[in-house]
Amino acid sequence: MAKQSLLVGCGAGFSGDRVDAPGPVVRTLAARGGPACLMLETLAERTLALAQLRRLESLEAGYEPLLARLLAPVLGTCLERGIRVVTNAGAANPAAAARRVRELARELGLRPPRIAVVSGDDVSGPAHAPFLAAAFGGERRPVSANAYLGAEAIAKAWDAGADVIVTGRVADPSLAVGPAMAHHGWSETDWDRLGRATMAGHLLECGAQVSGGYFADPGFKDVPGLAEVGFPVARIDAQGACVVGKADATGGCVTEATVKEQLLYEVHDPAAYLTPDVTADITEARVTAAGPDLVALEGVRGHERPRNLKVSAFFEGGWFAEGEISYAGPGAEARARLAADILAKRLPHLRLRADLIGVTSLFGDDAGRLLAATPAGDARDVRLRVAAAHADLEGARRLGEEVTALYTCGPAGGGGVRTAMRPRLTTASCYLPREAVPARFDWAD
Amino acid sequence: MPRTVPLRELAHGRTGDKGNRSNISVIARRRADWETLVAQVTVEAVARSLAHRRPSRVTRHLLPALAAMNFVIDDVLDGGVNDALNLDAHGKSLAFLVLDLPIRLTDTP
Repeated sequence: MAKQSLLVGCGAGFSGDRVDAPGPVVRTLAARGGPACLMLETLAERTLALAQLRRLESLEAGYEPLLARLLAPVLGTCLERGIRVVTNAGAANPAAAARRVRELARELGLRPPRIAVVSGDDVSGPAHAPFLAAAFGGERRPVSANAYLGAEAIAKAWDAGADVIVTGRVADPSLAVGPAMAHHGWSETDWDRLGRATMAGHLLECGAQVSGGYFADPGFKDVPGLAEVGFPVARIDAQGACVVGKADATGGCVTEATVKEQLLYEVHDPAAYLTPDVTADITEARVTAAGPDLVALEGVRGHERPRNLKVSAFFEGGWFAEGEISYAGPGAEARARLAADILAKRLPHLRLRADLIGVTSLFGDDAGRLLAATPAGDARDVRLRVAAAHADLEGARRLGEEVTALYTCGPAGGGGVRTAMRPRLTTASCYLPREAVPARFDWAD
Repeated sequence: MPRTVPLRELAHGRTGDKGNRSNISVIARRRADWETLVAQVTVEAVARSLAHRRPSRVTRHLLPALAAMNFVIDDVLDGGVNDALNLDAHGKSLAFLVLDLPIRLTDTP
């Protein structure tokens, strides 16, 4: 007999997401009853490299800084109601994240949770050095190098009865696939079911992006109650098919349109959405309204998973600097353009990008072709923004100095100077044979 | 008399990025407009709208069951989120560049 469906709620879609989002999700999971888990996805591409840099400074750092704030309001209900928590908030230091969760439970007077720590993704150590040297050249040592793990170790931890599963880098959808796989008892080669659960996880992984967030375009695509947008909850059945909805008593909306936008988000070939678990195929996927704020995803298929695992490595990349100054009123655009010319003359050692915010900025290219092709106009509220990268700190610092000097040495009426600098990380990826990256879970010490 | 409207009136979409590659979905608001979109929102039209970013390749994937298409645009992000100097280093705004494409309507609505 097919098991009861699994409810998966997503309470965070990136590092920096709303800490008040998990509350309504967990209340909804508890109210629905039945097997459920809370997924917290907090790891974008570069988040892990930044976490690795923090870990170098402290042995107890390097995991998602918001972890305790995300979990504190919901951990008690989760433990009481058997709602398991699955999160990649471990980032560069899953063991320390697990210790923080245990400590949080103690602070809240809760029973000690059984916490599983998934490891194996960090390939920056000596064991994998020859692989990385072959891929990236021997002279560059990466700040971080992590393989994208799949669902298997998560599924094993689920089977073993973990209350909380903390991982580092895993493919985002695997955070939902692992629980679904374990709960429904699918094999690791059940490609169709894994493909369907993967796309369910894909719909969930960015939090509100499927439930009205990142969707509103006033007059064209209106979203009710966006300030209180609800995070998604999906029901995954024994076949892997899902119906996605959102937390009760929240804003936002789940419609065919919001689901289609998220379904295609960061997808390349729809016949081959590659994850460590499966090659998912959405060429014949259909989305259908299944009730108020409920949409069914059907027709997803799966094919054999890729043989190799993707590895993302980050390298120190010098410095990034930017500066801004504003001009308003008659001749504002001409004054901003003159300021840009002055900076180009004063900073010949930098490959400077200039944007005229209010005229052309985001759509432009670093080489300035779009700006050069934009005829000078008469915009009356323009913010000049310049940015550059440089190998050393001193070279980059010159940008901020010259933007600041525009106060007295530049065109008339410039105001609101802001300057910023940060270390730059560059990235490269390669592939490792699956066998070279064994994933495992351990109980937190 | 044929009327021209911005694509945004007929479709919606979202940008995603991975490395130096962008993908932009274009999703019909009404299934009835699907054929018009297939005929006019072409690889060439999208490549033209992004020409200043020098894409090395533009691929269009059609998903008729969703009345949607997915454009995959290579080498269009000045290196991607970690390298680009753009304020919007992810290129998240680019869907709205494509949604500004002019579409000719031949039928009276």
